[in-house]
Amino acid sequence: MAMAEVEIKQENLVYARPCLLTDNVMHYCPGCSHGTVHNLVAEVIAEMGLEGKTVGISPVGCSVFAYNYIKVDWVQAAHGRALAAATAIKRLHPNNMVFTYQGDGDMSAIGTAETIHAAARGENVVTIYINNAIYGMTGGQMAPTTLLGMKTATTPYGRDPRLNGYPYKIAEMMAHLTGATYITRQSVHTPANIRKAKKAIRTAFENAMAGNGFSMVEIVSTCNSGWKLSPVAANKWLEENLLPFYPLGDIKNETK
Amino acid sequence: MKETLIIAGFGGQGVLSMGKILAYSGMMQDYEVTWMPSYGPEMRGGTANVTVILSDKKISSPISHEYDTAIILNQQSLDSFEPKVKPGGVLIYDTNGITRHPVRTDISVYQIDATAECARMGQAKLFNTMILGGYLKVRPIVELEKVMIGLKKSLPERAWKMLPANEEAIKHGMEIIKQTK
Amino acid sequence: MAEKDVRLMKGNEVIAHAAIRYGCDGYFGYPITPQSEVMETLMEEKPWETTGMVVLQAESEVSSINMVYGGASTGKRVMTSSSSPGLSLMAEGLSYLAGAELPCLVLNCQRGGPGLGTIQPSQADYFQACKGGGHGDYHLIVLAPNSVQEMNDHVALGFDLAFKYRNPAMILADGTIGQMMEKVELAPQRPRKTDEEIRQECGGWAAHGKGDRENYNIITSLELKSEVMEQNNIRLQAKYRAIEENEVRYEEILCDDAEYIIVAFGSSARICAATVEMAREQGLKVGLLRPITLYPFPSKAIAALADRGVKGFLSAELNAGQMVEDVRLAVNGKAPVEHYGRQGGMIFAPDEVLNALKEKLIK
Repeated sequence: MAMAEVEIKQENLVYARPCLLTDNVMHYCPGCSHGTVHNLVAEVIAEMGLEGKTVGISPVGCSVFAYNYIKVDWVQAAHGRALAAATAIKRLHPNNMVFTYQGDGDMSAIGTAETIHAAARGENVVTIYINNAIYGMTGGQMAPTTLLGMKTATTPYGRDPRLNGYPYKIAEMMAHLTGATYITRQSVHTPANIRKAKKAIRTAFENAMAGNGFSMVEIVSTCNSGWKLSPVAANKWLEENLLPFYPLGDIKNETK
Repeated sequence: MKETLIIAGFGGQGVLSMGKILAYSGMMQDYEVTWMPSYGPEMRGGTANVTVILSDKKISSPISHEYDTAIILNQQSLDSFEPKVKPGGVLIYDTNGITRHPVRTDISVYQIDATAECARMGQAKLFNTMILGGYLKVRPIVELEKVMIGLKKSLPERAWKMLPANEEAIKHGMEIIKQTK
Repeated sequence: MAEKDVRLMKGNEVIAHAAIRYGCDGYFGYPITPQSEVMETLMEEKPWETTGMVVLQAESEVSSINMVYGGASTGKRVMTSSSSPGLSLMAEGLSYLAGAELPCLVLNCQRGGPGLGTIQPSQADYFQACKGGGHGDYHLIVLAPNSVQEMNDHVALGFDLAFKYRNPAMILADGTIGQMMEKVELAPQRPRKTDEEIRQECGGWAAHGKGDRENYNIITSLELKSEVMEQNNIRLQAKYRAIEENEVRYEEILCDDAEYIIVAFGSSARICAATVEMAREQGLKVGLLRPITLYPFPSKAIAALADRGVKGFLSAELNAGQMVEDVRLAVNGKAPVEHYGRQGGMIFAPDEVLNALKEKLIK
């Protein structure tokens, strides 16, 4: 039997493709959180009417090509330096919405200095921080956020603290900084979490436009290829392993 | 006219600012001028020196390895720069703290006891302009009027109230300098 | 006509004043001797209260060059300054700026290396400045001021060339030029470009927010398809050939009848001008060719002197022999080319260079 022909009527719409997403087919692996987070960012920019004012800074990592998917002006920054570039752009264009989109390697390994100092200065920018506890683009090596015992290409026998040190939570570190006023940790592995994550992104963008200081939304994410798990298994693994170590919720909220 | 001068002493004695006043004064008299300091952390509490060149022609090298005049304000600087005064040149020094006096006989040597004089007057801040006065007595290459403009230009506005005292110090320096060789 | 604004200033201080007066939009820097007066002067002048220029002390040179990258991405006139070790840290950023074809101005007030080296003047970063420094096939436009006045003038020249070719420009000075005070005539204050003017002039590429544009702009140096990346490289090389064709600047002192030519840049050229005076007093026909642009290098002018029958060239540099390679390439075997240098922060005297010239070439 043929599928029922349904006329799409505006008043019946509960979900549409965000108008700021391009038609480019995303290069992300099936099950990867990036696509969902891109959607949320595109929706928030559109809903806030910031399309013409926004400059995104893409990192080095899987999301280096974020500029292919969201229809705003983009600057692709050197590895770890997104928040340095963002600082200058926001200071030179104080009325613009400036955000960086970075992974755990980019932001909390090679870019730790730029990250901490942008937050300490209270730059009025937003960082979307994708933490999937692994390096995706280079082929699944250890990240600063890789859990103890977790196997990666450079910890083939599992992360051993005597050899590889301990994972760290940069969000909690940054919450101590006076210049950082909104630090939250979210995930997008269930529809409920996606809704919460979107609300957090919106709060962060509003905080930046209000000139209230630095905001970061960490998204605990999946990397199916790196973890070598199917999308469903990856979501389950995230819930059972990552979330106990990286608990969800606001870490600091001084938004007005 | 070309005068290549080195001023050398301890950091904090006003060596660099004395050079700056002289360079500005020279500029007011339409000379070409360069002012090239020793620089860096070794200056903090250590020795400082500045090379000042005044010339009626374009100055090629701002750096020199020999000087027409050396103004020397401590022993280390005397040891370093006495050999670098050109034959026939001028060496001016403050005797305070000097244990080994100049020995050369092919140059003119002048003493100015500005440290002692400033201590007597209770005016330590006038030390470098007093020395400058002594220098200008020996080498009258810039008019006093131009020096006063140079002084004003090289001082921040908040220090302009000190201008008359500095003018007096320059004149006093001209009086107390004496030739020894 | 307004009265000339003539001051006595350090080269480093002049960079700050010239930047403000040029209408520079932003400076991002990190302290390092011997150039810290640049940012100190800017902070003292508070241009954010007058022209609206942004001045920010970054947490590192890595950060400051990437702030410059961000600012330049939006079409603003932005700059940084540093000294040799800082430039090593900036190498990646400069490669990105060149790769993404972004205009900006960078001052390197050189000190002696390698490593932490010394804070005294040196010209040992010639290779780094002129031959890349960072990764990939690229060039900076490199200017070599030899006076405080040229420190002033090269700010405007550097920005103008950087925007003309959408390429980073560098002022390659050293501790001598940065620390020395000389007479300088400051340029009159120009207004900063308005956002609207920048939108009109750079709207075709700059990422300052899409505004009313149909398309959105992307600043990137990334291209994973080799066929396309090769074309990007070919485009860059064509730009460099145009720069080499159009932007060579140099000064000749008594070269017309010279039998021997000293080639020297920046502070060395000041010293070697005195060498030429000395040589002429001794009846020796010596001239000085001073490259003002180190990239593009005045190869044709040097080749013409070699063709004319100059008997020898001495490249006098405060390093172990770097520019001498470019002089040799230009002379192309038509005459002997020698190098004389001092290293590690030592500076040669005019007579030292003359003795070297006699020993190595005149004989």
